[in-house]
Amino acid sequence: MNVLIYLVPMALLLGLAGLAAFMWSLRDGQYEDMDGSAVRILSDDDLNSTDKAA
Amino acid sequence: MPDTPDLSIFVTHRPNRTAAMELAVDGVGCAACIRKIENGLMQVSGISAARLNLTDRRLAVEWDEDALSAGEVVQAVERIGYHAYPFRSVDAASEEARHAHWLLRCLAVAGFGATNIMLLSVSVWSGHVSDMTEETRDLFHWLSALIALPVAAYAGQPFFRSALRALRARQVNMDVPISVGIVLALGMSTVETVLHAQHAYFDSAIMLIFFLLCGRYLEQAMRRRTRAVAGNLAALKAEVAHRFAANNEIVIVPAAALRVGDRILIRPGERVPADGVVVSGTSEVDGSLITGETKPEAAFAGATIYAGSNNISGTLTVRVTAAASGTLVDEVQRLLDKALAEKSRVMRLADRAASLYAPVVHLTGALTVLAWLAVGASVHDAVVTGIAVLIITCPCALALAIPAVHVVASGRLFRCGVILNAGDALERLARVDTVVFDKTGTLTLPEPRVANASELPADMVEAAARLALSSRHPLAAAVAREATLRIPYDSAEEIPGCGVRATLDGVEARLGSPDFCGVPARKPARAEGSIVAFSWGNRSMLLTIRQSIRPEAAATVAALVDLGLNIRILSGDRPEAVAPVAANLGIGNWTGGVSPADKIAEIKRLRGEGRRILMVGDGLNDAPALAAADVSISPISAAHMTQAQADAVFLGEQLTPVIEAVLTARKAHQLITQNLFAAVSYNAIAVPIAIAGYVTPLVAAVAMSGSSILVTVNALRARRAP
Repeated sequence: MNVLIYLVPMALLLGLAGLAAFMWSLRDGQYEDMDGSAVRILSDDDLNSTDKAA
Repeated sequence: MPDTPDLSIFVTHRPNRTAAMELAVDGVGCAACIRKIENGLMQVSGISAARLNLTDRRLAVEWDEDALSAGEVVQAVERIGYHAYPFRSVDAASEEARHAHWLLRCLAVAGFGATNIMLLSVSVWSGHVSDMTEETRDLFHWLSALIALPVAAYAGQPFFRSALRALRARQVNMDVPISVGIVLALGMSTVETVLHAQHAYFDSAIMLIFFLLCGRYLEQAMRRRTRAVAGNLAALKAEVAHRFAANNEIVIVPAAALRVGDRILIRPGERVPADGVVVSGTSEVDGSLITGETKPEAAFAGATIYAGSNNISGTLTVRVTAAASGTLVDEVQRLLDKALAEKSRVMRLADRAASLYAPVVHLTGALTVLAWLAVGASVHDAVVTGIAVLIITCPCALALAIPAVHVVASGRLFRCGVILNAGDALERLARVDTVVFDKTGTLTLPEPRVANASELPADMVEAAARLALSSRHPLAAAVAREATLRIPYDSAEEIPGCGVRATLDGVEARLGSPDFCGVPARKPARAEGSIVAFSWGNRSMLLTIRQSIRPEAAATVAALVDLGLNIRILSGDRPEAVAPVAANLGIGNWTGGVSPADKIAEIKRLRGEGRRILMVGDGLNDAPALAAADVSISPISAAHMTQAQADAVFLGEQLTPVIEAVLTARKAHQLITQNLFAAVSYNAIAVPIAIAGYVTPLVAAVAMSGSSILVTVNALRARRAP
């Protein structure tokens, strides 16, 4: 059972990393416009609209 | 006259001379629109950022204040081909956005906790039947506690806060039993962990929080979406006013920026932006939106005119008196407040369920403890069993049963063009047995049309319609709607108070009053309607302009009768104007010439007979009646105040959304009843098992997630047509 000593912290860290990633994406405004994001990904010319209005 | 409006009240100023503004944009719906608007704006020099949000149809723009004005930014969007209207976000809306973020953060934390604890719990459960040592089991319980306690403290806040608020007000809501259940489950599990016991319920407690937050978030997201659309519509309808500045120069300002005492200019064809007294000029004013009366009234110096009425013939200078008391709008507001106060508070189903549920659940828990003590169990075992009863009865399915159906049903209505304003509108709509319609603007279209177009020569109608494009007169606007080729004639010239004239194919054509066109006037065949004359050389004709009935109104009324509803008309317009409409639609039960106060009295009388009333109306005079009815719907063309009062708003010209609303509400009501029944039967099965002491953490987890998934799947059936 000694394997738990590193497996359990590893599982927790992975979970926390996922949570942190979600929090970052939330703060980054990625859930502000679900419909827009779905169609924006199809457009190629995103080079001149990378900066956003807050 | 400068033609860029002064929009300074909508602009927020940032450092470095940057200005920012939000615009509600009409008619966007695809990826191409995003690209067209954003790229188009970025090419305008001075604009530094533009981003279109497709979910709430709003465009955020930032620009250099030295290079551009706000009006020029709006014009830039118009040049790209979209109508844009400045939008000022209300404090309530941004507050709600923050609340949504908070719920989503809580949901994420609860999700993290639920998955990680379940990882440990599944190991423990399989450990019971394999070779897990007690030390490892205790370690896993401790780890679960380590995750569960902080997660519950953070993610449980929405429930704890709401429960505390309710308790402080000496009430019980659904969050009280939820909070008690969560706190007891966590407390007992911690004690059990310290005592090296076999069972801990950390997973159930966190899973419960997770499921409940899902319901909460969905409900909130739906509310926010409808509110965003309603806010946009309000912005799209926002009107501008021509105000005299200090040096008598005319500035265009948004109607919202007008103050009492301002002098404004109202040209023919414009809507009156605020209540006021006429200072100079004479005209006719159409107040049908306010009183329901379709006959225009004369306006002269000293006369009072009301916001929302339409200026027909002459230019008026008006001093704004909107804040003065005793105006019609005030009167309506006063009736409205009274009607709202008297409106019997229909207790929401969920709250009613909660007030019954909490005492029953807590009593059952307490009785279980006492019963086990009575048959000689130890205090510890009796308390553990009692808490297991509370955990299993925690109203997971019950709390999801109603919001899930609401979300799906209102999503369906949203697609049919009905926007719900009130959360409990569906419940009230499902029980309606009488529908009361207003006439003007509700059964009829808000704008008048040419009634006899089909009886006249097509080339004459087309010529008259194209000529009408050059006039601002409201009757001309009705004629102009008949034009197939929407290009005005170059030579057209408007003669104020008379009409328009132009030279077509070398022959003079005139559109306007019969005198102006030299056509002998005759009384219109029917009482309703106005007459416009058209002459072209020696040919001439008379056009009858009338408010026409909404398309498919008759079919809608027939369908509503088929649904077993009693249909009535209650109109502020003259009885002789109401009669033909009622006859046309086959509605026998109608009353005309009703004042706003009489409308309320009639609605109250009908309610006194035990009827449940759906009021459909659009005028300012309908607003108090809408509030007095059990539930109300307005068309999108309704006066602002009326719309704010309605429980739902429908889009488009057709009246069919009313049927859709009633059908969907009935279906939703049926599904809610089924869901509540499912939740109750779940309890009927689970509670005896819990009382008997057979609820292990595994049983609790399976039962809770099973019932939640069942009610959610059932709610999805509201998506399909009834």
